[in-house]
Amino acid sequence: MDEGSVPVAEDPGRRRRVHGMLKIYYGLNEEGKAPEQPESLDPCDINGPHFDPELYLNKLRRECSLTELMDQETCMVRQIRSLDSDMQTLVYENYNKFISATDTIRKMKNDFKKMEDEMDCLSANMAAITEFSARISGTLQDQHAQITKLSGVHTLLRKLQFLFELPARLNKCLELQAYAQAVNTHRRARCVLQQYSHLPSFKGIQDDCHAIMDKLAQELRQKFRDGGSSAKDLSECVELLLQLDEPAEELCDKFLSHARSRLESDLQGLEAEIRPSLPSPASNTDILEFIDRGCNEFVSSLCLVITSYQELFINHAQKGELLHAFVDDLAARYFMLVERRIQEEKGVGDNSLLVRALDRFHRRLQAVAKLLPGSAVPNKGTEIVIRAATERVKQYLSALQSFYMDSLTDVRQALATPRLSVAGTSVAGPASGRDAPTSLPELLSSLSASILNQIKSVLASVHLFTAKDITFSNKPYFKGEFCSQGVRESLVVSFIKFVCQSSRQFCETAGDKGGSTPPALLLLLSRLCLEYETSTISYILTLTDEQFLVQHHSPVTPVTTLCAEAREAAQKLLNHYVKVQGLIISQMLRKSVETRDWVNTIEPRNVRAVMKRVVEDTTSIDVQVGLLYEEGVRKAHSSDSSKRTFSVYSSSRQQARYAASYTPSAPMDTNLLSNIHKLFSERIDIFSSVEFNKVSVMTGIIKISLKTFLECVRLRTFGRYGLQQIQVDCHYLQMYLWRFVSDENLVHFLLDEIVGSAAHRCLDPAPMEQSVIEVICERG
Amino acid sequence: MEDDAPVIYGLEFQARALTAQTAETDAVRFLVGTQSLKFDNQIHIIDFDDENNIINKNVLLHQAGEIWHIGASPADKAVLTTCYNKTSDSRVVSCAAVWRMPSDWETGNHESPDESAHNPQTLELLCHLDDSTHGNAACVLWEPMGDGKRMISLADNHALLWDLQESSTQATVSSTATLEGKGQLKFTSGKWSPHHNCSQLATANDTAIRGWDLRTMSQIYCIENAHGQLVRDLDFNPNRQYYLASCGDDCKVKFWDVRSVQEPVKTLEEHSHWVWSVRYNHSHDQLVLTASSDSRLILSNMVSISSEPFGHLVDDEELSEGEELHQEDKGKEPLKDSVVSTYEEHEDSVYAAEWSSADPWLFASLSYDGRLVINRVPRALKYRILL
Repeated sequence: MDEGSVPVAEDPGRRRRVHGMLKIYYGLNEEGKAPEQPESLDPCDINGPHFDPELYLNKLRRECSLTELMDQETCMVRQIRSLDSDMQTLVYENYNKFISATDTIRKMKNDFKKMEDEMDCLSANMAAITEFSARISGTLQDQHAQITKLSGVHTLLRKLQFLFELPARLNKCLELQAYAQAVNTHRRARCVLQQYSHLPSFKGIQDDCHAIMDKLAQELRQKFRDGGSSAKDLSECVELLLQLDEPAEELCDKFLSHARSRLESDLQGLEAEIRPSLPSPASNTDILEFIDRGCNEFVSSLCLVITSYQELFINHAQKGELLHAFVDDLAARYFMLVERRIQEEKGVGDNSLLVRALDRFHRRLQAVAKLLPGSAVPNKGTEIVIRAATERVKQYLSALQSFYMDSLTDVRQALATPRLSVAGTSVAGPASGRDAPTSLPELLSSLSASILNQIKSVLASVHLFTAKDITFSNKPYFKGEFCSQGVRESLVVSFIKFVCQSSRQFCETAGDKGGSTPPALLLLLSRLCLEYETSTISYILTLTDEQFLVQHHSPVTPVTTLCAEAREAAQKLLNHYVKVQGLIISQMLRKSVETRDWVNTIEPRNVRAVMKRVVEDTTSIDVQVGLLYEEGVRKAHSSDSSKRTFSVYSSSRQQARYAASYTPSAPMDTNLLSNIHKLFSERIDIFSSVEFNKVSVMTGIIKISLKTFLECVRLRTFGRYGLQQIQVDCHYLQMYLWRFVSDENLVHFLLDEIVGSAAHRCLDPAPMEQSVIEVICERG
Repeated sequence: MEDDAPVIYGLEFQARALTAQTAETDAVRFLVGTQSLKFDNQIHIIDFDDENNIINKNVLLHQAGEIWHIGASPADKAVLTTCYNKTSDSRVVSCAAVWRMPSDWETGNHESPDESAHNPQTLELLCHLDDSTHGNAACVLWEPMGDGKRMISLADNHALLWDLQESSTQATVSSTATLEGKGQLKFTSGKWSPHHNCSQLATANDTAIRGWDLRTMSQIYCIENAHGQLVRDLDFNPNRQYYLASCGDDCKVKFWDVRSVQEPVKTLEEHSHWVWSVRYNHSHDQLVLTASSDSRLILSNMVSISSEPFGHLVDDEELSEGEELHQEDKGKEPLKDSVVSTYEEHEDSVYAAEWSSADPWLFASLSYDGRLVINRVPRALKYRILL
């Protein structure tokens, strides 16, 4: 234990010593050394003056192990060796120096001999000179005393003359308006006059001077009151008055009130610039010029006032508050003007101008901050900048929003225009029906690209606020809150939310008639929202975070929430699209069922035109949806359905149903059969949510349409041919609609229900031959 | 607190018309009218035995035609009206008539149930509510809580106020109102308001709801585009005189304050297809029953617009009863508007739902395939409302 502890204890000691030596070397000793003085008393300190080799050796032997000893030995040998060589060099150097010193001394000896002689001669000469000089001064003694006395009298006389001439001189100065000189002169004489005022002649002079100076003061005050021409004059005036022992407080008040009136005129100038700009802001000075003017006129004179005030009233410390109040008051009015001007800055075109203006505004206020530390002015200025920035962000948000709405209007128009042309050329053939929707993907991509570009440009504009060369950009607000709350939340996030919300509004305000919003727009927006959900939102937010190095001190809206919102909007839009399209087709079907007299109808020869129309519309919807959404998953087709074999639906099961209903004895059977059938089929939700693919959308639309058909059929009564017509129509629908849906059994089931219900509601249920139906349908 | 299972009753025919027997306040009794083009139509009188959870049925024949609407007299248990389709010479005509049940249907039934099932008795015709100039009848409304002498029939675009005389064997039109407008206007449904001394009527045609003053037979309010699609049914809040519920083909149920008809007070969108019927509970108007062609029946608890806004009536006595109860109440949050329950016992479109007039916690629903389901309000909710 001991063995270990010694070197450890020694170690820091040595290090300290080395430090000490270094300190001595570098001349740092004074402070550092004092507490370390007793170090060298240790007899074991090999470098100390009290070193005792015997003791040291004993200690080593006692405390160290063999290896340590050996190490110590080699170390010591090495040190001794280096010391030896050092010593040798030193000795050699000293020897050289010694030789040269001997030479020098010899030479000096020779020289000194010569000098001794010369010195002797010199001292003899000096003795002679002293003697002469003593004689001369003896003779001149009297005259010198006289001259001194005379010159004393002369000065006194000059002073007296100055005193006597003083009133005249002061008067002259007064005439010449050289107030400064007058005050200076008077000040010089004042003490003397005061001192000798008991002598009547001096008293007279003093009285005269007083009278003159009073007049002068009067005049100065007059001048001061008139509010002199420039700030400099004014401050000179004040300075002189101060020297004339005018009461400082009064002066101070007056000074400030003068300054105020001048600054107010500056402010009025600024205000005048704002006012006419109300009717036509474009024709007037832009904000940069305005701020420039404000800075040059108001802020600089304010600075001047502050400086001169501080110089003049330096001794009246308590007046600081007065100045603060003064500055705050005026600055507040200035700020009000600036804010008004900033508020007029509504156009979002060029942000750099505003940012530069704000920067200048802010920069110039720093001068005030330097002159008047502890003033609230710069902080208020920063607040204004912050408010302006937030306001700007708001403006950008609304600009973005209106841009978005405008683009939607454009899209609407684009959607509407080809429609018209289609209406004109629809005779040309089925291809023309597709011309209109082909532009959908293009519209979508252009819409989404233009929105993204707009966002980017807005971000770039807003980014100016945080540029490095802008003085206020390093304020904590602009580093933190502006980026996260301002830009990210109230600009980007709000915009995305707005997009979602406005999309959702389309579902609500469009009304249930589906009138105002074209379905294609719904589809387009739904796809847009979906794209936002999958990529755009996270892209925009990442972009923002990168550009603004957003540090989230406060909680921000996470990407997932926005994505969820976008998805919800997309879902809602798509659902609404399905509903609107479904209702359009439903409406056709409903009219076709409600307006016909089904009891007295003729034998069906054709598929009714409305059914063809339904199929056509469904096809064009399919094309439209297909442009924006993927195909989606279908349930496997039953092998032959593509061949339009209707057999599953009609021949076997349907025949069985009719067969049952013909048997008068068993009315129960029909219900039983259909109930059993329903037991095994899943419940169909008509207006349910759809998935983001074509098949699901089409299934939704067809479900809605067919269910309407069913409900309408149930409200009517049919004759024999009425039923047959329904059969024909349903077969036709079956032929064409199965291909659009995910599960063709659904179409089968609904059409089954329709024909079944029609059969129930039929007075004379005699179904048509399946083969005849097929012939009619194929012919149609 | 297990809720009792629903009781299901199957009719042989398809059916749309259902009503509770309003004059009967002791027994839970519903009337169902069938639709069949080939067989004699029937009125099924469904008695529900609450204690044993079983149904007793009686069948009366309605040979005039298939029944589209049925209404029970509020004063006389035995009197009812139907709207029915009559086909003659390949023409379908909608008519309305007042009927009386044979006096002995009840007693006869109890003695020999089998016999009556095989040989159902026929309804006695009291009088036709026909006025050939006024077109096809859509529904007949009895004066709520009246003496069974006045009713309104809606036929095409006319609303006719009838007075029954001579023990209901003669009906005369006392006044009429006609809906004027472009195109073929047609009333689809209506409801006689129990408020304002029974002087108001609400009707639905296409997407609009109209209110009428029966004293002057003039329109008092109109909710244009109340629903996006056809309005199917209406009902008045039994306790709040200006509140009206409507439902329609836009899958929505809307609640209106007829004093400000620009916006509905509340909108429900729970059904996935057309809503055919909406009914307020007679005693607890927060309970609203809706039936839809998505084969579902939905019971909603509309606390926020009910006359008992917090779901329970607290008497002073109850308050003083004890702190415990009070604290329990505090623990419970006030109920929010919500769907209480969705009933999926039906396989086909449900066209009608009715609350029982005798038991406020019981209701029946009828689907097109002839299935009548009797359900109860879940006990948990019932106790919350009562306590």
